[in-house]
Amino acid sequence: MAENNDTGSDTKRVLMKGNEAVGEAAIKAGCLCYFAYPITPQTETPEYLAKRMEQENLIFLQAESEVAAINMVFGASAAGARVMTSSSSPGISLKQEGISYIAGGELPCVIINVVRGGPGLGNIEAAQADYFQSTRGGGHGDYRCIVLAPNSVQECYDMVMNAFDLADFYRVPVIIQSDGIIGQLVEPFDMHPYKPMFEKLPPKTWALTGCAGRKPNVVRTLYLNPANGLEMHNRKLEERYKKIHSELRWSETYNCDDADIIVIAYGATSRIAKSAIKKHNTNGVKVGLFRLKTLWPWPDVELVEIAKKNKDVKFLVIEMSMGQMLEDVQLSLMDVVPKKDILFYGMGGGWNPTPDGVYEKISEIINK
Amino acid sequence: MAKKAQVNLEKCKGCDLCIGVCPTGAIHRSGTSNKKGYNYIEINFEKCNGCGACYIICPDCCFTLIETTGSAR
Amino acid sequence: MNIIKTQPKSITTDSTKYCPGCGHGIILRLIGEVVDELGIRERMILTAPVGCAVVLYDYIFCDVVECAHGRAPAVGTAIKRVHPDKFVLIYQGDGDLAAIGMAEIIHAANRGENMSVIFVNNATYGMTGGQMAPTTLIGQKTTTSPSGRTVKGMGKPIRVCELLATLEETKYLERTSINSVRNINKTKAAIRKVFQNQLNGIGFSMVEVLSMCPVGWKVPPIEAVQFIEEQMLNYFPLGVYKDTE
Repeated sequence: MAENNDTGSDTKRVLMKGNEAVGEAAIKAGCLCYFAYPITPQTETPEYLAKRMEQENLIFLQAESEVAAINMVFGASAAGARVMTSSSSPGISLKQEGISYIAGGELPCVIINVVRGGPGLGNIEAAQADYFQSTRGGGHGDYRCIVLAPNSVQECYDMVMNAFDLADFYRVPVIIQSDGIIGQLVEPFDMHPYKPMFEKLPPKTWALTGCAGRKPNVVRTLYLNPANGLEMHNRKLEERYKKIHSELRWSETYNCDDADIIVIAYGATSRIAKSAIKKHNTNGVKVGLFRLKTLWPWPDVELVEIAKKNKDVKFLVIEMSMGQMLEDVQLSLMDVVPKKDILFYGMGGGWNPTPDGVYEKISEIINK
Repeated sequence: MAKKAQVNLEKCKGCDLCIGVCPTGAIHRSGTSNKKGYNYIEINFEKCNGCGACYIICPDCCFTLIETTGSAR
Repeated sequence: MNIIKTQPKSITTDSTKYCPGCGHGIILRLIGEVVDELGIRERMILTAPVGCAVVLYDYIFCDVVECAHGRAPAVGTAIKRVHPDKFVLIYQGDGDLAAIGMAEIIHAANRGENMSVIFVNNATYGMTGGQMAPTTLIGQKTTTSPSGRTVKGMGKPIRVCELLATLEETKYLERTSINSVRNINKTKAAIRKVFQNQLNGIGFSMVEVLSMCPVGWKVPPIEAVQFIEEQMLNYFPLGVYKDTE
């Protein structure tokens, strides 16, 4: 199921920052509540929404902490509203308990993580070292969040709209895994009207609205009895995650039909890598790009297909981290590609690759 | 017409708080326990004046205040 | 024979999980009485805390959300803003409100959220078996202050009503107790006031209820009632600490 974002007539070409585009997209997608807390490099989102949500008479609240903010998201979602929050790595860590409750409570919401260097206070450079945290649930217990990874301001806009629909459709938290570069990036994009992904979304009969005319609704995550109550709940969630994995694997390929090397990347690194790849292609070097748009569910089926199509291909995983997505690549390709042919080029701590750096790395591999 | 208190023995957890607040000393321990193993209380109807103190202090809502028509049971 | 008074209609359980003599049971009934009297069951959304009252949804017949430990004021803030016409009741214990959730209650109060808070102060963590809470008294033995709470290293019990009274956006703060029939009646009046304030859009209103925890304090219920009378009332004076009238 590909995301559909065809542009209608009332579409404007707009120049905007990634962190602002996500805000506008949320408003257009019918987000009622946004709970914020300042943290570089995402604070343009609360600043933008503070103005815009006041104009639109929506609910904007800067909370006392990211912990309070995610629990406000929990409350607003339990009350049936479309709700979003945004933060950056250290703040996202503070939100993990709340996200686990939201997942356990089968509540929809949108969470934006503009990833920065870590661990600890880290720095304010772009990074991708929260990959494990976002794609493995992040908090306590067995759960997953859908994770979308934009690599342009247009995708910041489109993916936030998709996120609200996916969250309501599947009743799971949806994370937008942006980063310091994508968040701060200013480029033109098509600001098209909101166009729902699904004809019909399941009605929120479970929402807390006051039990007039119905049995009371309860949003809870504690399962004490029967003794296997929580086990059954986990089974139910697992079925849902399998369904999402079967229906929602978004990825994009460039020049992967006949390649000697295929770069695997997402977000900012995928665009930086593409410049280097194009340069090599003009020199007749067969290099391709496999770009993830959903980090969870992971597009393993698509990657395996590409590996089978390109005999003896080498994969070069590029990440602004010490190698996290690398493990998912190894996991997906373990029956198809020898481990020695899965190479890594990356660094944590807010390191950002350059086109030339990627170009040279690819040359090294070619000349070996 | 007399006001009295009735008690649901299955809900009583034997906390005895009602014994202490009953102004007429109408409540005492029964010496036997209910299905859940709690030592429940009993009301002496003659002494009970239906004031409701027991209803107010009881943490488990065991008491019901009633108005008997005709002679007290 | 007609019934003058029995279990309030909005209370659905015929047996709670609370221990014998536990104050939560009394407060639960008082809430049921006031909800019935004000006729607000069908527009009420209740937050259940982490603690002995976590399964409130098994006891009260209205919409309930079970919150993370200490976060009910934040959850309630969002619910009240999404449904300003609904009645939001925040129910918390002392560990929930005054320890892990202190930032949340202070900021909800400081924003003047129009919601009603019932804060059950039983000077211990009951659900987990009687550990020291922010409101545990000096000298009070708990499983984590085995030789009695000392000022040195453990600080003094926190007086929440007085603390929140300094926040100008709080509109009603009262401390009551449920260790006697008279005090229970006053607690009911305070609950009714805190509910009515929300219905009238007055703003943040809270009642702090000194409550018994016999099992946590390791005393029979009768002595727990005396513990409040002889110990807690001295340190936590009853009374109204903020009112708009």
